[in-house]
Amino acid sequence: MKKHDNFITYGIVIAAYVIFQVLSATGHLSSHMKGLLVPMTYYAVIAVALNLCVGILGELSIGHCGFMCIGAFTSAFFSKLTENTLPAAPRFVIAFIIGVAFAALFGFLIGIPVLRLKGDYLAIVTLAFGEIIKNVINAFYIGVDSNGFHFSMKNSMELGMEKDGNLIVNGAMGITGTPHDSNFTVAIVVLLIALFVVQNLVKSRDGRAIMAVRDNYIAAEATGINVTGYKMMAFVISAAIAGAAGVLFSHNITTLTASSQYFGYNASIMILVYVVLGGIGNIRGSVIAACVLYLLPELLRGLNTYRMLIYSIVLIVMMIVNWSPKVIEWRKRVFGGRKAQNAT
Amino acid sequence: MSFLTYLISGLSLGSIYAIIALGYTMVYGIAKMLNFAHGDFIMVGCYIIFSVSGALSGNSLVGIIVAIILCTLLGITTEFVAYRPLRGASSPLAVLITAIGVSYFLENVALLIFGADIKSFTSVIKWEGLSFADGQLRIQGVTIVTILVSLLVLLVLQTFIKRTKQGQAMLAVAEDKGAAALMGINVNQTIMLTFAIGSALAAIAGALLCSAYPSLSPYTGAMPGIKAFVAAVLGGIGSIPGAMIGGLLLGIVEILSKTYISSQLSDAIVFGILVIVLLVKPTGIMGKVIQEKV
Amino acid sequence: MKKYSEMLTTAVASVMALAMLAGCGETAATNSGSGADTNATAATEASAPADGAVFKIGAIGPLTGGAAAYGNAVCNAAELAVTEINANGGINGYQVEYSKEDDELNAEKSVNAYNTLKDWGMQMLVGSTTSACSIAVSEYTKADNMFQLTPSGSAEDCVKYDNVFRVCFSDPNQGIASAQYISDHNLATKVGIIYDSSDVYSNGIYQKFVEESEGKNYEIVSAEAFTQDNNTDFSVQLQKAKDAGADLVFLPIYYKDASLILTQANTMGYKPTFFGVDGLDGILTVDNFDASLAEGVMLLTPFAADAKDDLTVKFVTAYQDKYGEIPNQFAADAYDAVYIIKQAIEAKNLTPDMSTSDLCEAIKGAMTEIEAAGLTSSKMTWDASGEPNKEPKAVVIKDGAYVSAQ
Repeated sequence: MKKHDNFITYGIVIAAYVIFQVLSATGHLSSHMKGLLVPMTYYAVIAVALNLCVGILGELSIGHCGFMCIGAFTSAFFSKLTENTLPAAPRFVIAFIIGVAFAALFGFLIGIPVLRLKGDYLAIVTLAFGEIIKNVINAFYIGVDSNGFHFSMKNSMELGMEKDGNLIVNGAMGITGTPHDSNFTVAIVVLLIALFVVQNLVKSRDGRAIMAVRDNYIAAEATGINVTGYKMMAFVISAAIAGAAGVLFSHNITTLTASSQYFGYNASIMILVYVVLGGIGNIRGSVIAACVLYLLPELLRGLNTYRMLIYSIVLIVMMIVNWSPKVIEWRKRVFGGRKAQNAT
Repeated sequence: MSFLTYLISGLSLGSIYAIIALGYTMVYGIAKMLNFAHGDFIMVGCYIIFSVSGALSGNSLVGIIVAIILCTLLGITTEFVAYRPLRGASSPLAVLITAIGVSYFLENVALLIFGADIKSFTSVIKWEGLSFADGQLRIQGVTIVTILVSLLVLLVLQTFIKRTKQGQAMLAVAEDKGAAALMGINVNQTIMLTFAIGSALAAIAGALLCSAYPSLSPYTGAMPGIKAFVAAVLGGIGSIPGAMIGGLLLGIVEILSKTYISSQLSDAIVFGILVIVLLVKPTGIMGKVIQEKV
Repeated sequence: MKKYSEMLTTAVASVMALAMLAGCGETAATNSGSGADTNATAATEASAPADGAVFKIGAIGPLTGGAAAYGNAVCNAAELAVTEINANGGINGYQVEYSKEDDELNAEKSVNAYNTLKDWGMQMLVGSTTSACSIAVSEYTKADNMFQLTPSGSAEDCVKYDNVFRVCFSDPNQGIASAQYISDHNLATKVGIIYDSSDVYSNGIYQKFVEESEGKNYEIVSAEAFTQDNNTDFSVQLQKAKDAGADLVFLPIYYKDASLILTQANTMGYKPTFFGVDGLDGILTVDNFDASLAEGVMLLTPFAADAKDDLTVKFVTAYQDKYGEIPNQFAADAYDAVYIIKQAIEAKNLTPDMSTSDLCEAIKGAMTEIEAAGLTSSKMTWDASGEPNKEPKAVVIKDGAYVSAQ
C-alpha cells in the first residue's frame, strides 16, 4: 500500500461525514437516512477489525461479533450504572475505554488457546467462543441496591435485592435504557481512530512481521519473528476495535440483548461478507463495502426476502472470481497485457 | 435409575451427532476441507423426504431413496461449481468462506420455497423401541436404528477405504494430492466420489435427525451440523471411528451437563469442552498426528 | 490483482455514491409528507376526500425471517381494519392511510423502519410487534412525542413512556394470570416449568410466574431452561419434570418449540396437563402436526379464532378471504389496536391537521377515558401507565380445536 493511500481513506471518510452533515443541516436527509448513519459506521468499524484478523493476520474468525458483544455489554453496564451520577461526555468516554479494554482482555484470553491452532480449527474455535460468550451473557443477572452488587446466574429472583434495587443486567432481557450517547460524529471519530490504528499497524515493522507470519509461517519463524507474539498483537487489536463497535452499538440502541441476530454466528458471517466483498486485506474496501451493504437493503426495503440469497450467491461468486487459480490465470491473460482501464 | 435414563437420552442425541459427524469427517479427511454446508445438505434431505412422503401419502422409504439420490447430486454439483475452482487457491480461507456461502444459499433457497414456519416431520421409523424395568427405562426405536445404521456405515466405509481401489485412491489423495496425481489417480474424480458419499450420508442422517426430533425448518441442519463438527473434532477429525465415538460422547456430555449443571449453559459447556480438547490434544481422541505442511 | 481490486473499489464507491443519491431522492419525495403533518396542507394527498386531510397510521413487524408469521399477522390485520374503517366513512369523516415496514425481529432495523414511516408522514404507530423492537422504537416515539400503541409488545418496559400503550397482556400479567388460574381451578399440586432462557417474552412470564406462585396451592418442582441455539432435545427438561412428579407443565414459550416438546413428551410416555400462554396460540397450524398430541393442552389467550360471537366471525371470515389463513391472536391484537385508535380519536374529536405531538397528547388523554370492546376482550380500559385492564380467557384444545375452558 502506497503512503498517500491512507490519506485517501481518511479523506473518503471525512468527505462522507461532511456531505452527510451538510445534507442533514440543510434538511435534505430523511429521518430514515439519519437513523442509518450510526449503524452504518459501527458496521464499518467492525469490518475494519475483522479485516485486520482475516486479511492482515490471515486467520479466519467467525466469532468476531462475540467481541462486539463484550464491548457492548461492559460499556452499557457502566453507562447504566452511572447514568444519574456522571455527565454524558465523561461517562461515554469512560464507558468507551471500558468496552474496548474488556474486548481486548477477552481477545487476549481467547487468543491464548485459539492462536495455537490453525486454519479450520481456529475458525471453529472462534465460532465456539462467540457462542459461549452469548450463551453465558444470556444467563447473567446483575443488580445493584443499597447493599451493593448482587449477582446470579439463575434468575432475577435469586438476587434477593432490596426495594430500592436497580436490575441492570436481566438475563436474556439484557440491558434496557442505556443512555443514547453515540451519534454520527462520535461514530466517525471512532472509525477514524480504528482506521488510523490499523493502517499504521500495517505500514509498521510490526505489521510487516504479521504479514510475514500470514504468508509463510515457517519462514517467518526461521527469520526470528516471534510468531505467537505478533499473532496475539494483531488479534487483540482486532478484538479491541470490535469492542469499540460494540460500544457504539449499545449506546445507539437502547435495548441490548445478547441474541443471535446481533452477536450470533450469523451476524459474524454478515461482517465477513463485508470484508470479503471489500477485498480481503483491503481496509478501505471493508469500510466502503460495509457502508454500501448496510445501506442498500435499507434503501431497497422491498427486496428483503431475496437479500440473504443474493448475498450468498455474491459471496460464492466473489470467492471464485478472486481466488480461483484458473480464473486468476484467465484474468491475467485477458487484462494483464493492457493497462487496467477504469471500469466505470 | 434416573442417571440411566439421562444416559440413554444422551445416547439418543449422541447417535444423531455420530451419524452426521461421519459424513463430516469423511469429507474433511479426504478432501481436507471443512464442508460447512454439510448441515444444510441434511436439511435439504429432510425437506425432500418430507415432500416426497407427503406426495406419496406417507411412503417414507421412497422418500429416503429419492433424498439420497438428490443429495448425492447436490453434493457433486456443489463440489463441481463451488469448491473445485478453488482447489489450489493461495489461501485456505477461500474454500471455507465459499462453503459458508453455500450453506447460506441452501438455507435461503429453502426459506423461499418452504417458508420459515416449522413443519412437523413424520418419523420414518415406526418401531417404538425397547423398554426395561416396567417401562421405567426406555430406548427409542430411532436411537437403536441410528446406532445400528452408524455402525453399519462405519464398517462399510472402513471396508470401502481399505479394500477397494477407489478407497485406496482416496487415502492417497488425502495424503498428498500432487503425488496421487503423479501415480495416475484422478484427483478430481476421487474427491467428487468423496462428496457423493458424504452427501448420501447427509440424506440418511437427515432422515434419522428428523425422526428423532421431528421439527423441520430451513435452519434445522445448522446447529446439529456445527455440533456434529465439534463431535468430529473431539473424536479426531478425519478418523471414521473417531467421529462415531466423538458423536456419542458429545451427546452424553451435553445431556448430562444439562441435567446436572445448567440447562441454560449446556452449549457453553459443550463448546468449552471442544476448546479444552483442542488445547490438550489437538488431534482429538482418535486422531493421527498431523504433519506440518510447508 | 492490485489493479483489479482498484477497479472493484471504484465500482463499489460509485454504487455508494448512487446509494447516497437514492437516499437524497427519497428525502425529496418524502419532504412534502413530513411538511404535511405539521401544516396539514391540502396539497399532500390529491386522493384524499373532503378537505384533503387523512390520518396516517403505520405498523411495524417482522415480515421476513423466522418470526414472519407474527409480523405478517399484525400488519395484515391492521391493514384489514383500516380498509374497513375507510369503507365505513373513515375516522371523524377523514380517510386513513396505512403503511407497514419490516424489522426482521431486529431492534436496530425496527428503528430504521420507524424512521422510514416517519418520513412517510405517520401520525400514529401500531407496533412494533415484538417486545425488544417495541422498546427500542419507544425511545424514538417518546422523543418525537408520537402516539404508539403496541398490539403485542408484552415486556414490562414496552410501555414505560407515557405515550405508549398496549393491547395485549404484559408478560408479568400473563405470569400472574397463569398462576392465578392454575390455583383457582385446582389444576395441579406440582408444577414443572420449561422456558426459553434466551427469549425476553418467555423469561418475563417465567420470572413473574415463579414470584406469584409463592403461597399458592401448588408447588413448583422443576424449572428448566432451553435456548434458541439448543431447542431440539427436550428430553432432560421433560424427564426432570417427570421425575419430580409434576402433574402440570407450564410452557411460557412459543408454539414452535412447544410442538416439539409435546411430541417428545408423548414418546416418553409422559402425560401431564400442559398449560401455556398466548405464544402457544398457533400450535394447531403447524404443518403436518399431529393435533391429537395437543389434546387437553390449556392456554391463556385473549383470542380464539373459532369463537362464535359476531365480531370474531366477521373478522375471521374477512381475514381469511383476504390473506388465505386463519388469523392468530397477534392479528386480533392489531385489529383491535386500529379500532382503539379510532375510538380515541373520535372521543376527542381530533382532526388530521393537528401536529403529531398534539394528536399524541389528545389520544393519551382519551385512552384513559375510553372503554373499548374488541376481539381480544369485550371490555378493555387503560390507565395512564399504558397497561390494559381486561379479563384473560382460558381455552383448552379438544378434538383439534379451541374450546372455552370455563
